[in-house]
Amino acid sequence: MPAVQETVERVRRIDVDQYRYGFETLIESDKAPKGLSEDTVRFISAKKNEPAWMLEWRLEAYRRWLTMTEPTWARVDYPKIDYQDIYYYAAPKPKKTLSSIDEIDPEILKTYEKLGIPLREVAILEGVEPPPGGEQTPNRKIAVDAVFDSVSVATTFQKELKAAGVIFMPISEAIREHPDLVQKYLGTVVPTSDNYFATLNSAVFSDGSFVYVPPGVRCPMELSTYFRINERNTGQFERTLIIADKGSYVSYLEGCTAPQRDENQLHAAVVELVTLDDAEIKYSTVQNWYPGNSEGKGGIYNFVTKRGDCRGRNSKISWTQVETGSAITWKYPSCILRGDNSSGEFYSIAISNGFQQVDSGTKMIHLGKNTSSRIISKGIAAGKSQNTYRGLVSAHRKATGARNYTACDSLLIGDKCGAHTVPYVEAKNSSATFEHEATTSKISEDVLFYCIQRGLSQEEAVGLVVNGFVKDVLQQLPMEFAVEAQKLISISLEGSVG
Amino acid sequence: MSLLEVKDLQVRVEEREILHGLSLTVNPGQVHAIMGPNGSGKSTLSHVIAGKPGYEVTGGQILFRGEDLLEMEPNERAAKGVFLAFQYPVEIPGVTTWNFLHAALNAQRKARGEDEISSPAFLKKVREVAKSLNIPQDMLKRGVNVGFSGGEKKRNEILQMALFEPAVCILDEMDSGLDIDALRIAADGVNALRSPERAMVVITHYQRLLNYIVPDVVHVMSKGRVVKSGGKELALELEESGYAQFEDAA
Repeated sequence: MPAVQETVERVRRIDVDQYRYGFETLIESDKAPKGLSEDTVRFISAKKNEPAWMLEWRLEAYRRWLTMTEPTWARVDYPKIDYQDIYYYAAPKPKKTLSSIDEIDPEILKTYEKLGIPLREVAILEGVEPPPGGEQTPNRKIAVDAVFDSVSVATTFQKELKAAGVIFMPISEAIREHPDLVQKYLGTVVPTSDNYFATLNSAVFSDGSFVYVPPGVRCPMELSTYFRINERNTGQFERTLIIADKGSYVSYLEGCTAPQRDENQLHAAVVELVTLDDAEIKYSTVQNWYPGNSEGKGGIYNFVTKRGDCRGRNSKISWTQVETGSAITWKYPSCILRGDNSSGEFYSIAISNGFQQVDSGTKMIHLGKNTSSRIISKGIAAGKSQNTYRGLVSAHRKATGARNYTACDSLLIGDKCGAHTVPYVEAKNSSATFEHEATTSKISEDVLFYCIQRGLSQEEAVGLVVNGFVKDVLQQLPMEFAVEAQKLISISLEGSVG
Repeated sequence: MSLLEVKDLQVRVEEREILHGLSLTVNPGQVHAIMGPNGSGKSTLSHVIAGKPGYEVTGGQILFRGEDLLEMEPNERAAKGVFLAFQYPVEIPGVTTWNFLHAALNAQRKARGEDEISSPAFLKKVREVAKSLNIPQDMLKRGVNVGFSGGEKKRNEILQMALFEPAVCILDEMDSGLDIDALRIAADGVNALRSPERAMVVITHYQRLLNYIVPDVVHVMSKGRVVKSGGKELALELEESGYAQFEDAA
């Protein structure tokens, strides 16, 4: 069954409000008192049994945060956030200490089952037919770290990864078990002083994933983290740190969902990637936080700082994102191309519908010699949404031979939405070659009618055209994610026409 | 029962009436040619039969196997067996032809309550159809009409026609933009699809196309009406004397 049909099938099964992950898990949780203070920071640190240096690091960030103001340059509009009206820590109450996956609260297991995420160690069997001539999907293994509100509840395939020398664990555990690695890299890509939301995260982050791939190792499976916000009035502040040592490779995926709630919830994550000589990290995101209802009520405020540092020669970092959720998205996964001959990529699909506001893009900072970067951004705006691409490409004085290619395409559906492109380009040496292309188009009536005359419904036609529009980016995603993303795109645009 | 019956059809676009009471009866197995000068309403007729938005039907009716076609959504009409070969087929970047055809065929099958056709079965079928029409397989892998020549676009329309097996095919100015060789290839494809059950309505300016697709009935349209109908010799007559005589009649 082709994806388009399957999408429509799925769409029919979805509630009126379209969002299929909007259910809530009823579970007892352990929360920090509401609001933010040094005590909150100490509470979180104590909950995690952190060493003193970690607490100090957090407190320093907290004190700095107090001196900062919320940024206002993005093209997003939202009521002032009351930072004292948020819970900064919520953890499902454990019945006892866990020693295996079978001891996880069945309610949580059910939640992840509903989300289609395997916490049991089974190979993923893809239920989708391969394209003709395409290869049969092998039974691939994906190691999963599941983060439920503020804590990691399960990490699969630990043994197999350990045999390969790969460390994949909740960052809270890594702080205790691998303090040397964490201390060496944490905050070196996104410093605690970086920006308002990153600084806030540094003070109160609760969990997230930690990955270390040793020299010369190609990680034997995809790693992935699924983030789930469940508690009411809770912020989620996860912190991810991935280090690919010399000559290593890792592909990492993250997925995000949250229940449907009337109030807005804050999500301020930080992701740091480091690649040493000849190493490569491929980081893929399918972000589907609750976007709010059709009147614009509720939804996640997604203020995220993601940055990769190509620290070594010939290293590579590739970001691929499919952004369909959140009421507000403020996110610029970036690459610092420090090592000579290093390269960075940013492939993005950002879809906004209803009253969603997206301000997203990337920064490619060329510092080393002969560095290259590539940006392919596809923005799709429907309903009454606003969709902005904001990007910076810069070449330092010493970054001779820097090359960038940027293509930003926007597609408008209907006449009440907006697409905006804000590119900044700075070349401080004359040998840089920067190319920028941008297009904005509307789905034409003629194209829709052509599809409909062939038997497709209006929604199927829009889904098909949009999936064609984003194809270049979808191809960058690992197979399992590409299929999921394709469905998600059609679902996100349901009801956008007519 | 006739297959397609257009009765006293009146159509407006914005405030202007384009069709002023057009009637047409098409029976299974027949090929009808509709000829007429620019602006006579030929394309409007094809669009209204297919259900393109933007046209207001102010009077008359269109029956398809006795059912009111105007009450149906355009995709329902497609599923029932109404096919329009476009004068200007659109390009759909990023969507492969095979994928598009598969999605469309399954949408039609589903609407008819038939089982969907699986990817491997579909692939086999579409390859056979393409082969029978001498259409190169690589066209199926390319984006729908993206970078196709005029001739390739028309052949893609014929491929779809062969695949969907419609009851009525409306060919809107199939000859526009084709050189004589491409025209012959396209016409061969259409002729291969003629059958005792299927009807075709061929809309064209020029008699030339009708040398290759020989019609049973020829209608001359002028100013939104059919002003004369006859056998295939009517087309030749038109080629000799032009449309001017009918302009006055209308």
